Amino acid sequence: MNDEVIQLDRVGMIYQAASGPVEALSDISLNVRRGEFIALVGPSGCGKSTLLRIVAGLRPATRGSVKVNGAEVTKPIAAVGMVFQAAVLLRWRTILDNVLLPAELAGLDPRKYRERAFELLRLTGLEDFANKRPNELSGGMQQRASLCRALLLDPPLLLMDEPFGALDAMTRDDMNLELLRVWGESSAQRKTILFVTHSIPEAVFMADRVVVMSARPGRIAEIKPIDLPRPRTVQVRATARAGELSLDIFEKLTGRRS
Amino acid sequence: MMRSMRWLVARLPTVSLFVILLIAWQLAVSVGGIREYLLPSPASVFAALTNGEIPWSRHIWVTAVEIIGAFVIAAVAGVFLGTMIAWSRIISQALMPFLVFVNTLPKVAVAPLFLIWMGYGILPNMLIGAMIGFFPVVINTAVGLTQIDRDLLDLGRVFSAPKWKVFVKIRIPNAYPFILSALKITATSAVVGAIVGEFVASQRGLGYVIIATQSSMDTAVAFAALFWISLVGLVTFGIVAMLTRILTPWAENGENP
Ligand SMILES: Nc1ncnc2c1ncn2[C@@H]1O[C@H](COP(=O)(O)OP(=O)(O)O)[C@@H](O)[C@H]1O
Ligand SMILES: [Mg+2]
Repeated sequence: MNDEVIQLDRVGMIYQAASGPVEALSDISLNVRRGEFIALVGPSGCGKSTLLRIVAGLRPATRGSVKVNGAEVTKPIAAVGMVFQAAVLLRWRTILDNVLLPAELAGLDPRKYRERAFELLRLTGLEDFANKRPNELSGGMQQRASLCRALLLDPPLLLMDEPFGALDAMTRDDMNLELLRVWGESSAQRKTILFVTHSIPEAVFMADRVVVMSARPGRIAEIKPIDLPRPRTVQVRATARAGELSLDIFEKLTGRRS
Repeated sequence: MMRSMRWLVARLPTVSLFVILLIAWQLAVSVGGIREYLLPSPASVFAALTNGEIPWSRHIWVTAVEIIGAFVIAAVAGVFLGTMIAWSRIISQALMPFLVFVNTLPKVAVAPLFLIWMGYGILPNMLIGAMIGFFPVVINTAVGLTQIDRDLLDLGRVFSAPKWKVFVKIRIPNAYPFILSALKITATSAVVGAIVGEFVASQRGLGYVIIATQSSMDTAVAFAALFWISLVGLVTFGIVAMLTRILTPWAENGENP
């Protein structure tokens, strides 16, 4: 029984851009265990989105080996929930129909998923917007809708690219707690999550380990285990230890001592 | 009540200008002494419009059928060809040069050939209109189906959706605004094609009425025919605009390309 869901071994990625080759990732080695919550932080352009695409099998890496559930990734992987950095909603569909899209694309009967879709919309505070079109929603609401879409089929693996980037601070706090619940923090059957964020406190609050990346080319600068107790509550976030960890990561990320 | 009032106020500048031009025109003819066979007065044009000697409704009907036929043929052929081009690279490479060639032909010059092949009647006039109008539909369909946010296509791949499903659920709706904006051009081309066909050879239709006035020097009738042509054209255009609003309500506020 292989308990490593994601195995990255010396993964490198070079884009062939019009202006010449761009080395987006270099020498990325990381193993993610089943049920682990990994947060990925790093400056913009360090290849976080690229890494998620590679794990999802949407782009092939140019070097190294990528395995998901023990199998080499050569095409888009199955049973994954993906939240793109932009909400990527179909602008001609209502929010409800956007959330139901995965069922349709996977050849399932969308009517059987309506109830679940409504439940997710309720969870994210969007139930009153089910029949609105994306352009009638704020950026933050669109992001939440795209989160609902990723969760519709209850996938065991979630790849999330700055899913809460456009949310205001209060909604963001709510969504953090909601995501921990969805992840299965207080259950034995946890999902595996790879979570990109710009917010260090958010990464510390959510994750089991925080992967700190550096730019040009994107490398792993440090992997920081987060030894805060679970379940994570607002009280946990306010502890001195949480602040200490955030500061450590901040210094690693900026190269500054404070 | 209020709404219709506001509607009237919004159109006041247009209506005022129209009335001023009409009066100026009438004065130029009746006071300025322009001869009626050069420029008929609005009054005589109006008389010609209601003239019982010319069976207007029959001519309008013929031209309208040609226009609608040309429009439908161009739309169906254009969407079909555009879809083929977007579906497969090989089909695209095979087809494109022919389509570009057909499009560069001066269609008006080809019109007489259609009449030789098919004889007088409604069909050749429809086909001329369709030939003028189909190309933008081909191009916009192909562009709408292929110019699509990469993330949207990745979305399909994440759920291992088959190619046809991505086509039906993502690419085709994405192409609607593109196709509809091409159809607005096609609506105008269909009118041109129908009239050109009638010019070349026909015994019915508004284009025929205009050609017939050349010998009778009845310019007022030609103006009346022009009035009907633009009315039919406006209605066609209006139908497409309405369709756009119904089919792509999400693309309002100028999102249509
Ligand atoms: N499709 C692409 N073609 C060329 N270069 C790209 C492409 N996508 C990303 N890049 C480049 O790769 C680097 C990493 O990008 P990205 O993965 O989006 O970083 P991040 O998500 O961390 O901001 C950047 O320098 C970016 O310009
Ligand atoms: Mg990114």
